[in-house]
Amino acid sequence: MNNKLIELRSIVKSFDGEQVLCGINLDIHDKEFVTLLGPSGCGKTTTLRIIGGFETPDTGEVVFEGKRINDVPPYKRAVNTVFQKYALFPHLNVYDNVAFGLRLQKVGEEEIRDRVREMLTMTGLKGFEMRKPSTLSGGQQQRVAIARALINRPRVLLLDEPLGALDLKLRKDMQNELKRIQHATGITFIYVTHDQEEALSMSDTVVVMADGKIQQIGTPTDIYNEPVNAFVADFIGESNILDGVMLSDKRARFAGHTFDCVDGGFAKNEQVDIVIRPEDVDVVPVTRGMLSGTVSSVTFKGDYYEIIVDIAGFKWMIETSDYVAPDEKIGLYIEPDAIHVMKKSEYSGKFGDYSTFSEEMEHLSDPALEVEEEVASE
Amino acid sequence: MKQKRSLLEKAAAVPHMVWIVLFILGPLLFVLYFAFTDTKGSFSLSNIELLTSYSHIFFLSICFALVATAFCLLIGYPLAFVMARAKPSSQKLLMLLLMLPMWISLLIRTYSLMTLLDNGGLVNSLLERMGLDTVSIVGTGGAVILGMVYDFLPYMVLPIYTSISKLDKRYLEAAADLGCNGFQTLFRVVLPLTVPGIVSGITMVFVPSISTFYISQKLGGGNFDLIGDTIERQFKYASTYHVGAAISLVMMILILISIAVMNRFSDGDGGEMIV
Repeated sequence: MNNKLIELRSIVKSFDGEQVLCGINLDIHDKEFVTLLGPSGCGKTTTLRIIGGFETPDTGEVVFEGKRINDVPPYKRAVNTVFQKYALFPHLNVYDNVAFGLRLQKVGEEEIRDRVREMLTMTGLKGFEMRKPSTLSGGQQQRVAIARALINRPRVLLLDEPLGALDLKLRKDMQNELKRIQHATGITFIYVTHDQEEALSMSDTVVVMADGKIQQIGTPTDIYNEPVNAFVADFIGESNILDGVMLSDKRARFAGHTFDCVDGGFAKNEQVDIVIRPEDVDVVPVTRGMLSGTVSSVTFKGDYYEIIVDIAGFKWMIETSDYVAPDEKIGLYIEPDAIHVMKKSEYSGKFGDYSTFSEEMEHLSDPALEVEEEVASE
Repeated sequence: MKQKRSLLEKAAAVPHMVWIVLFILGPLLFVLYFAFTDTKGSFSLSNIELLTSYSHIFFLSICFALVATAFCLLIGYPLAFVMARAKPSSQKLLMLLLMLPMWISLLIRTYSLMTLLDNGGLVNSLLERMGLDTVSIVGTGGAVILGMVYDFLPYMVLPIYTSISKLDKRYLEAAADLGCNGFQTLFRVVLPLTVPGIVSGITMVFVPSISTFYISQKLGGGNFDLIGDTIERQFKYASTYHVGAAISLVMMILILISIAVMNRFSDGDGGEMIV
C-alpha cells in the first residue's frame, strides 16, 4: 500500500472555457481501492478519463510509477476501464469481447481460451460464451465489461459509475463482488460514483470532490466522522450543520447553548460550523434536555423514526428508536464527542437546516435519475 | 388499436394508394403481361426463351456494376470516415461538396464528363498544350466505370457516413482502452459496426449501375451494350416490347436477388431501409 502508483499533480482542465478541474493533486497507491465521490458535474469522471488517457490535462502532470504519462495514448497505458454503460462490442459475443485485449497482444489462442475461461468463472459468466451482449441482462453485461478489462491484467482498473444502471438489489451484490475481485486480483481500483453509501462501504480511500476541487481525502470513517467542511458533511450522510463559536478549546456555543466538545485548536471566539449527525442526538424529557423544541414531523423508517424538530426556528433532523408524536415538546441531549467542529469554508451557510427537506426532494436526487441525466448530457 | 379507422384516415391514404397502383403496380403488371405474350397478345414463353442470346449482355452488365461498386466502396469508405470524424463545420462543407453534383441532372453530369474526356475535350487539349500525347478515354470500359463511379459515389458515401457518425464514441474509447491503435480500431471495431451502412451503400450503387443505359452510351461510345441499353433499344427502335419486357423482368429479379443477398450480410439491420 505504500508505494505510489499514480500521482496527479496540479491538474487543470477546461471544456469550452469552463474550468471543470481546478488543480487536482492526488496520490493513488498500489492495491488501493480509491473512490472519487461527488455530485454530477464535480469533475470526478473527467479525473478518471485523464488517468485513462481519454482526456489530456491543460496543465499539470499525470505520473505513473514515477514517469510522466500526459501524452501516452490510452492503448499504451497499463490501465483498463469499465465504462459507464459498459460499451461492450455489439458485433462480438461474450467470448470474443473478453478475448479482445489478448488478441491484440498476440497471445496464443490456447492461452486466450484458458484465461477467458478463468475470467468468466471468476465473474460467474460460465456458459455465456456464445451470447451476444444485447441478449444479456444489465448485471451480466456489467460482469462481461469487468472480465474484458481485468483479463489484460492491468495495474489499475478504472470504473466509471459501473453500477449506476443496475437496480438496488443487484447493486449491493455487485458491490460485494467487486470488493472480492479486487482482493483476489490485487489490482488497484479507481472507482467513480455519486452514491456515498457505495463509496463508504467499498473503499480504502474516499476522495470527495465538488466544483472541480478535491474537498477531502480519507478513509470512509474519517470522511464520515471528521468532515472538513459543510459540503462534505452534507454530502456524506445526513447532518445538522449550525453556525457556532469556539469559546475556547473544547467549549463551543451554538443554538443558544454552550456545549462541551472534544475539538480544539481554534482561535478564541472563532466562527465555526458545527456538525451533529442525526443518530448522535438523544431524545430526553424537556427538563433534562440541553435544548428543547417542538416535533414538526415524524417519518417511520423501519428500524428508526426520522423526526424533524424545530429548535428556535432551526429544523434539526434526528433519528430515534422511540416514537414521539408530532407537535410534542421534547428535549435534546448531545454527548461531547457527537459534536464535530469545522472551520468556516466557502460552503458555510449553503447547507442550512431541514426546513425544506421532504421526501419529494429526496426523490429528486435519486441516483438512477442523475445517471440518466449525466449520460444524456454527454 | 382495435378501433376501426375513421373515414378521414382512410381518405388520407387514398392518394397514395392511387399513386402506387398507377405508377408502381400498373407498370409492373404491364411488364409481366408483355413478357409472357406475343405480338398477337396470346400467352407465350418465346420471349423468355430468346433471353439466352442476351446472356453475354447480362454478364457484362453485372461485371461493370460490380467493378464500379468496388471502386465506389474503396473511395467512398475512407471519404465517409474522414467526413464523419471532421469538425462539425468542415463536415457541413464536405457534405455540401458531395451533394452539389447531385442537384444537377445525371444526364447533364454524364454529358459534361464526356465533353471533358472526349478526344477534343478539355483534358486532351490540356495534354496537347503541355506537349504530351493525347489519350482516348471515351469509348473504353474504363470511361464507363469512371462515369458510374462519378455519378453514384454519393450513394455510397451517404449511408456509410451516417453509420460512422452514429457510431457510439464509447466503442472507440473501449477499443483504445483495450490496446487498439488507430488502424486496429478501424478494422476491428469501426468496420464491423458499420456493415449496415456498407451494405446500403453497395446496394444503392450496384442497382443503378446495373440498369444504367445513358452512361454506357455516352462514355462507352456505343462500344458496350449493357442491359439498360438493350432494353432501351427494344422499346425505342425495334418496337419489340415483348422482348424488352422479358429482359426488364429478369433484371428486376437480378436486383431483388442481389438485395436479398446483401440483407443476409447485414443481419437485416440497416438493409431494411432499402427494401
